[in-house]
Amino acid sequence: MKKQINLTVNGKAYSHEVEPRTLLVHYLRDTLRLTGTHVGCDTSSCGSCTILMDGQAVKCCSLLAVQADGANITTIEGLAENGTLHPLQEGFREEHGLQCGFCTPGMIMTAADLLSNNADPSEEEIRHALEGNFCRCTGYHNIVKSIQYAANKINKKEVVS
Amino acid sequence: MIPAAFDYQKASSVEEAVGLLKEHGMDAKILAGGHSLIPAMKLRLNQPGILIDISGISELNGIKVDGNTLVIGANTTHGAIAKSAEVASSAPVLAATAGVIGDVQIRNKGTIGGSIAHADPAADWPAALIACNSSIEVMGSGGSRTIAAADFFVGIYETALEDGEVIVAIHVPKVPGTAGSAYEKFFQPASRFAIVGCAAVLEMKDNFCTSARVAFTGVADTAFLDEKVSAALENQTLDDATIKAASELAASDAEILGDHFASEEYRQHLAKVFAERAIRAAIANA
Ligand code: FES
Ligand code: FES
Repeated sequence: MKKQINLTVNGKAYSHEVEPRTLLVHYLRDTLRLTGTHVGCDTSSCGSCTILMDGQAVKCCSLLAVQADGANITTIEGLAENGTLHPLQEGFREEHGLQCGFCTPGMIMTAADLLSNNADPSEEEIRHALEGNFCRCTGYHNIVKSIQYAANKINKKEVVS
Repeated sequence: MIPAAFDYQKASSVEEAVGLLKEHGMDAKILAGGHSLIPAMKLRLNQPGILIDISGISELNGIKVDGNTLVIGANTTHGAIAKSAEVASSAPVLAATAGVIGDVQIRNKGTIGGSIAHADPAADWPAALIACNSSIEVMGSGGSRTIAAADFFVGIYETALEDGEVIVAIHVPKVPGTAGSAYEKFFQPASRFAIVGCAAVLEMKDNFCTSARVAFTGVADTAFLDEKVSAALENQTLDDATIKAASELAASDAEILGDHFASEEYRQHLAKVFAERAIRAAIANA
């Protein structure tokens, strides 16, 4: 039997009937057509499906859409504001934090969780925070630099405003 | 991978969840964070007809101190336990263990109750809960009961839970301030489960150990209290030779698992290495 879910994704309210077995990642990708959230391993290892659920990074390949009833979700599509890239997105571009880009949305969403808990992480803290995200291309160094770029930018902005 | 079709119902109280379990019998499964169950359902290793979602039951959430006991609600996430000030002061080894479970994303959603109900032989919680002499409070249609952690884990994916019982909370006696404790693990690099995990809780008077509990996970079918290692530390001055001799006894009574991650021989070796690391780390923070 289908279940009604009501949730907010990237600031917009949605209401849908879903089969209980619908995975959250498929709901986002197929129903809402938000295909920035990727499916890499499909077994909660790689982190490419990471989104923010009520502000916390989660792997939505291992969650059901019904578990997101009432939740406030942010996907990679929800980070930029009025066409201006989020500092993390800008950082990945400036520091060459991606090659094929497959892991990038998950990396950025995990980093967003990190920066919301720890505005000024050390290199070690950044590397630890990424333990659930795999990248087959970059070797991670530039991903770490990209996150440092974003942290610096966010912190400076806070000082100015 | 998509799970087989199932029905879904949200319970708003433990009584309701117990009632639904009774009504649906073996066809029902409890859904907490889902981070053990959903992957198993995607692989169709598990095909329940109905999921009873307990994540909205507020009485199952949160951490409190009740006299000399730390009470952790079954729905508390690993991440919340890792960050909890109460856990850090009452049973620091549990905070340390929570912090090395899976990864950030898993810790944000996975719950302690869900993990122990699943009873993966390589999960981190069992060793730490046994070393802390914890007990598991469960509720069924006949009322509630408590099971010692050491008796709770029965086999691979097997617990002492009876049909129709729901885990309510974990009760942990406060670890005395004079004790040192640690959890050390050898990670499976992709899944981040413990190939071998060792938890040690040592009550110390200067360098003299008055009580020791050393427990393992990942080594055998189920986590266990290593009585030989613990006895070799108890009522001893923990000098280098004593620590080494005790660690050498690690898992000597266990039926050690061998698989494609680690052979039996290698696991036995790791058990000794990680016993020594956990014991030394526990002494260092006593
Ligand atoms: S697709 Fe979800 S963790 Fe890999
Ligand atoms: S950029 Fe290709 S996987 Fe990370």
